[in-house]
Amino acid sequence: MRTFKKSLFLLIFLISFESHTKETNQYNLNNFSKVPEFLSEFGFFKDMQNQIPAEGIHPYSLISPLFSDETDKLRFVYVPDGQKLGYVNNEVFIFPVGSTLIKTFAYLNKNGPLEQQLLETRLLINTNDGWQAISYVWNKEQTDASRAIAGATIPTTFINSDGKMIDVRYRAPNQNQCKECHQANKTITPIGPKARNMNKLIEYESGEMNQLLYWAALGWIDKNIDTASISNYMDVNASLEDRSRAYLDINCGHCHIPGGSADTTGLYLNYTERDKEQLGIYKKPVAAGRASGNLKYSIVPGHADESILLFRMKSLDPGIMMPESGRALADEVGIKLIEDWIDKL
Amino acid sequence: MKFLKLSKKTLIGLLFLSCSTHSAVQIIQPSDNAYQDIQEALILAEPGDVIRLTSGIFHLQDSLSLDVSGVQIEGEGMDQTILNFSNQQSGAQGLSVTSDNVTLQDFSIQNARGDAIKVKGVTNIKFLRVKTEWTNGPSPKNGAYGFYPVESTNVLIDACVAIGASDAGIYVGQSKNIIVRNSRAEYNVAGIEIENSYYADVYNNIATNNTGGILVFDLPGLPQQGGHHVRVFNNQAIGNNTDNFAPEGNIVGEVPRGTGIIIQANSDVEVFNNQIGDNDTVNIAVVTYSDETDDQAYYPHPRSIQIHGNKFGPTGYNPDTTKGELAQILFELSKGNMPDIFWDGLMPISQLIFGQPEDEKMIISNNGDATLLAIKPIGYMLPFLEPAVLDIDEFDGAISPLAKVEFDENF
Repeated sequence: MRTFKKSLFLLIFLISFESHTKETNQYNLNNFSKVPEFLSEFGFFKDMQNQIPAEGIHPYSLISPLFSDETDKLRFVYVPDGQKLGYVNNEVFIFPVGSTLIKTFAYLNKNGPLEQQLLETRLLINTNDGWQAISYVWNKEQTDASRAIAGATIPTTFINSDGKMIDVRYRAPNQNQCKECHQANKTITPIGPKARNMNKLIEYESGEMNQLLYWAALGWIDKNIDTASISNYMDVNASLEDRSRAYLDINCGHCHIPGGSADTTGLYLNYTERDKEQLGIYKKPVAAGRASGNLKYSIVPGHADESILLFRMKSLDPGIMMPESGRALADEVGIKLIEDWIDKL
Repeated sequence: MKFLKLSKKTLIGLLFLSCSTHSAVQIIQPSDNAYQDIQEALILAEPGDVIRLTSGIFHLQDSLSLDVSGVQIEGEGMDQTILNFSNQQSGAQGLSVTSDNVTLQDFSIQNARGDAIKVKGVTNIKFLRVKTEWTNGPSPKNGAYGFYPVESTNVLIDACVAIGASDAGIYVGQSKNIIVRNSRAEYNVAGIEIENSYYADVYNNIATNNTGGILVFDLPGLPQQGGHHVRVFNNQAIGNNTDNFAPEGNIVGEVPRGTGIIIQANSDVEVFNNQIGDNDTVNIAVVTYSDETDDQAYYPHPRSIQIHGNKFGPTGYNPDTTKGELAQILFELSKGNMPDIFWDGLMPISQLIFGQPEDEKMIISNNGDATLLAIKPIGYMLPFLEPAVLDIDEFDGAISPLAKVEFDENF
């Protein structure tokens, strides 16, 4: 009888807790028994097509973004009212339950005659059961996006930064592929929102402001957090070393890190790795197969052309290319950067 | 008391109910929408579900992945249900599995651009009567691995077939509790390879027409290393004489054509009751990992190796001296009279001088009229000493059998 009483009490507690959270969370993001079919159901945007966020949804941006077939990325973050973020140096901010990261992949085609095209919007939602990855693919009319469990293939054409027209078989990843990159020790986690990736000015509705200060003003984080800042890999004023390590971190380091999807290789490309062999210098491949390209080592200092790492960055063959998913094109800017870096090592 | 009894019954009833309501069989047939159909089913599956792929050829352009525990993917036979990736556009594998308690059975994966089936970081994975194949024969353009479980615990590969992998047909890496049995590996660079793994039984397999039949390896710089407790028994490692077609840079690229079994840098390996013959270079080689490494924790030498009760056929009649140094050195030392068993004799310098610990010594016994060549590194370097041991009886000794690998195969 005593047990029964206890569980009844627990039940009442749970019910009251449930109704309480529903009240405070306008998007009901804590509990995800039914995933909405359409992106519009969340109400994240005042204007879907122009990607104008609703109140309480804030834009953010990373110093060095991942290469994703030259798409423009529109990032937004939602944190439930009155909640705070946890902070550990060099780690992703610890978001409270109900927080959501929203990322729309688009070709804005600002340099040419094509209209802008929204491709997909990926959500990372921190539910009671941990982070969930859900993605939505935009319809032809660009009015809404529908859930794409198995991902989607979107053949299209875009205008690149040089004004050239490029054809691409754009691939929106499936839910499992989201997890491939977004995991640490088998648990889904965001990648980008680390303080070191965010310490920069961006344009808000209210004007230009440093993102960390903006978040502090929202009451999410402390004003004086102690963080390093990663370099923008495009910034020619930064050192080649800093730019390259920033590039490798954001493009490779989420899988090539202890506990990541590619840790079986012993090749670690995350920003904080200091061991030279583990970083790939004169490191033999383990399970590369033909992806070795008949080369002996991941990185041969002074010889980019003999380095497997660069060979795999250049490749478009799915059995060879790195990253394994998330791109169908080669990142010419990144290739040039890593080539220079290895040649000068 | 009555109340207690009732609640127990209800509990059992509830368990039963939850099992029966949750397990479902979803049947998928080949179609133009095959990728979408299968991938959605794999993502929406609940633990206990069966995804059944009917007979026919599924043409797939993107890689498939399963991340739900307790799911079974089954076909209608390895020659009936074929997942064909000849026109693969994205994804580094044919199929990848990252969830526990998964059974894969009765289908084939053909011509994946990278690895055929990769399974990472799981507990309990079964492959039953699955085939991985590259259909245009041995080629460096084939994917690296057929079966590729890695960082996993309780791995069963039973009655499977692996053909044409440009690295290893059946490869188990950085794993624990492994059984590979009743399977066939042919026309791969390495037929069956156990790497950086603990507690493996490899038995009743046929490894033929590979470059090397069965490999037990350990490599430095990885999260799990120091491979140990591997039993290789009742296998046939016969006629592994396919030219090495591995792309350079890969460790198996150094395996000479015509090698039956290679043991490298592992401890506690027992090789017994196998048939090993018709291998161009050597039937069994026991070797040290010889490349440079900064990894201080890594132990590059084999130790506590036992080889007994094997039946040897002809070997060494056409050694491959083009790959690595092994065959070259062996050919010179044996003056062309190649042995069945080769050991490079390398060990830490202190042991070269003062001798190996008793329990780390290699034991070779009861192998019929097998021949041996073991290098004596000090003699090899100094001109007035014997460079090698040829008397196999010097290694005779009592066998200390390793324990059987066991885990619950009915998960």
